[in-house]
Amino acid sequence: MAERYELKNKEVWDGNMAAAHALRQAQVDVVAAYPITPSTPIVQNYAQFLADGYVDGEFVMVESEHSAMSACVGAAAAGGRVATATSSQGYALMVEVLYQASGMRLPIVMTVVNRALASPLNIHGDHSDLYLGRDAGWIHLIANNPQEAYDLTLCAFRIGEDDRVRLPVTTNQDGFLVSHTAQVVEPLQDEDAYKFVGEYKAKNPMLDTKNPVTYGAQTEEEWHFEHKANQHKALMDSFPVIEEVFKEFEKVSGRKYNLVETYKLDDADVALVLMGSAYETAMLAVDKAREEGIKVGLLMPRVFRPFPYNEVAEKLKGVKAVAALDRSAPMGTTGALYNEVAGALAAKGESAILTNYIYGLGGRDTTVEHILEVIKETNENAKAGKRVTPLQGFINLRGPKLSFN
Amino acid sequence: MKKIGSLKEFACTPDRFQGGHRLCPGCAHSMIVREVVNATDDDLVISTATGCLEVCSAIYPYTSWDVSWIHIGFENAAAAIAGAEAMHKALARKDRLYNDDRRVKFVAFGGDGGTYDIGFQSLSGAVERGHDFLYVCLDNENYANTGGQRSSATPIGAHTSTTPRGRVSYGEKQRKKDLTMIMAAHGCPYVATAIPGSKHWKDLATKAAKAISTVGPTFINALSPCTTEWKFKPEDTVEIADLAVETCAFPLYEIEDGHKLTINYRPKQKLPIEEYLGAQGRFSHLFKPENKWIIEEWQKQVDEYWDYLQRREEAGV
Repeated sequence: MAERYELKNKEVWDGNMAAAHALRQAQVDVVAAYPITPSTPIVQNYAQFLADGYVDGEFVMVESEHSAMSACVGAAAAGGRVATATSSQGYALMVEVLYQASGMRLPIVMTVVNRALASPLNIHGDHSDLYLGRDAGWIHLIANNPQEAYDLTLCAFRIGEDDRVRLPVTTNQDGFLVSHTAQVVEPLQDEDAYKFVGEYKAKNPMLDTKNPVTYGAQTEEEWHFEHKANQHKALMDSFPVIEEVFKEFEKVSGRKYNLVETYKLDDADVALVLMGSAYETAMLAVDKAREEGIKVGLLMPRVFRPFPYNEVAEKLKGVKAVAALDRSAPMGTTGALYNEVAGALAAKGESAILTNYIYGLGGRDTTVEHILEVIKETNENAKAGKRVTPLQGFINLRGPKLSFN
Repeated sequence: MKKIGSLKEFACTPDRFQGGHRLCPGCAHSMIVREVVNATDDDLVISTATGCLEVCSAIYPYTSWDVSWIHIGFENAAAAIAGAEAMHKALARKDRLYNDDRRVKFVAFGGDGGTYDIGFQSLSGAVERGHDFLYVCLDNENYANTGGQRSSATPIGAHTSTTPRGRVSYGEKQRKKDLTMIMAAHGCPYVATAIPGSKHWKDLATKAAKAISTVGPTFINALSPCTTEWKFKPEDTVEIADLAVETCAFPLYEIEDGHKLTINYRPKQKLPIEEYLGAQGRFSHLFKPENKWIIEEWQKQVDEYWDYLQRREEAGV
C-alpha cells in the first residue's frame, strides 16, 4: 500500500499539481500518458509520487497520445482505475480513441489542460481543444482554478465510475492561466479523499478470465443505432448522478458545485455566459458594471457535456440580452458555447438578444476592462432592443476592428 | 510452457477460437489463430487490430472468441494489450487480481496493414517498453479487408488494387519491408517467422508456446496466404504456404535475444521462385516476356536473403 502523503490544510498548488494530487489520492491503478505542454507536469508529478511510494500503480510512458488513450482503454477494460492528461495537439491525436473509450463505457478520467490548436503553433490556453471531444460521449467538467481542478478531478472518478453512468470524464482547466498559476488550495486528507472516491469495481473486466468478455465488437446497421442510442441516454442520465456527487462532495469539503454556476444573475437584465478562468475576471467586471448601475450577471455551465440546457434556459429566463463569450475560433460559424446557449433559449421560447464574442485565443490576455466593454455594449443593445449579427467580433484583437455586421 | 505433442493430441485442445466465423473459405488467418491460442493452457487476454480477423470474428451479438478479447482500432492493438498488461501488473502488486489461481497471458493479432504500417509505431513502442505479450502478425501481404490495396508487406511485382498491373506497370515497385528483422533489432527476447499448415503445424505451435511462455515482448510473423487477393483456390492455402517455404521466399527461422538466429527448416531441394509465383494469380503477369526480369530479381533477392540467414546462423551472432 502506498505511503500517506502529509498534506497541510492549505497547500500552494498550481492546477497541474492539484490534478496530480487528485490522481494520487484516487490511487489510480494505471496512468498511460505522453507529455505535452501545458499538461506535462501532471504526469511528471504522478511519476514522482510513484517514485517516492506515495501511490501504487503502473505508469506507462507511451510513444504517442494515440497510444496513451489506447493503453488507457485496454487498461480500463482490463478492470482497474485509469487516468491520463493531455492538451491541444495531443488531444487531437487522441480523438479517434475518445469515441472508443466512451463507446465501450469505460470510466477513464482525463485532465485536459486547454490549449490552442495549430496552425500557427501556440502552447497557450484557449478552448479549441476542449471542443474536439465535444461529441465523443465523454462527460466534460470545467474547472476555473487549481482548487476546482483538484475538487472536480476527485468528483470525476465518482461520476464516471458510478454504475448508472460508466462513462469517461474530462476535467478541463485553462492552460497556464490555471495549470501554471499557483494558488492556495485546500485539499482533503488522503484517507478522506479516498473514502470519497471509493474503491473501483469494474463491470465486465477482461482480467476476470473465468468470465471472458468481448470489447469493441463490430455492429453494422443491425445494432449500431441501438448501441449509440443507449450511450446517448447514459450520458443524458448522468445529470442526477453528477448533482448527487457534487452534493456528496459538498458534505466532505464544504465546497458547492452546480451543473450551472451563476454570479449575480438573479435580478440581471443582461448576462454574460463563459467558461474557464475568465469567469473570475468577469466577476470583477460584473462588480464594476453594477457600480455603474448596469444590472448584469454571469453564467457558466460547470458541465459542458452533457449540456445542461434546461438549467441554462431556466437561469437566463427573462434576461433581455445575453453575450456568450467563446474562447475558441469557431471558423465559419458562431462559437460552440454560443450555439449551445442559443439552442437552450430557443427551445424554451426565450427571446433575449443574443450575441457572440471571441476572446483569449492562444492565451491572449482578457482583462476586466475588455469584459466591461462587452457588458456595456450588451446593455446598450438590451436597452435599445437592438438585434445585431450574432458574431459581434473579437475581444482585444490587434489592428482594425473586425466586424461581421 | 505447454508441451506440444502429437497432432492428434493438439487437435483435441478445446477451442478458444470457435468455428462459425465469417473468414473466407481457405483463409489462413483462422488456422494461425487457432494454433496460437491452443498452444497454451494459460488464460488469455487478446487484442486484435481492425482487419479481416476482427470484422469476421466478433460481429455483435456473436463472437468466435472464448477468451477475453478487445478491439479498439487499426493502429493500436499493441497499445491496447500494453494497457491491459500494465493493469494486470498493477493489480497483481496490489493483490487485487480477479482470478488468483490462474496465469494470464497477453496476445495481440494484427494484419500486415495494422502491423507493418499504421500500427507499427504502437507496436514498436510497446515492444521497446518491454510489456509481456506476444504479437502475431497475420501477414497476407496486402490490405485484404479493404479490397486488396498494397501495404509495405506487399512484395515486388504483386498486383494489388492500388498497384495494379497495366499496360505500362508490372504492379508493386518496392520490395517487402523486413519487419521480422526490425522486431529482432528491438531486442525482443523472441522473434520468429511461421506459416500455417499441415507440414509445419508443429513449428508454429511450438513457436507460439515458446513465445507465450517467454517473459517480455515476443513477435511472430506468420505468412497468411490470402485466397481472395493472391488469387488461388481456397483448398490450396497450405500448399501455397509450403511453396513459400520450399522456395525460401518466406524462410522459417527464429531469433532469440535480438541476435541468436536459428533456421528452423531447410528445404531438401530449394525450389525455383517460379513455383511459388506461378501458383498465384497476383503474379501471373510476371511470366510475360517483358516482365521476366522481375522474376530474376525475385530469385536474386531470395537467394541473397537465404545466404544471409545461413551466414548469420553460422556466425552465431
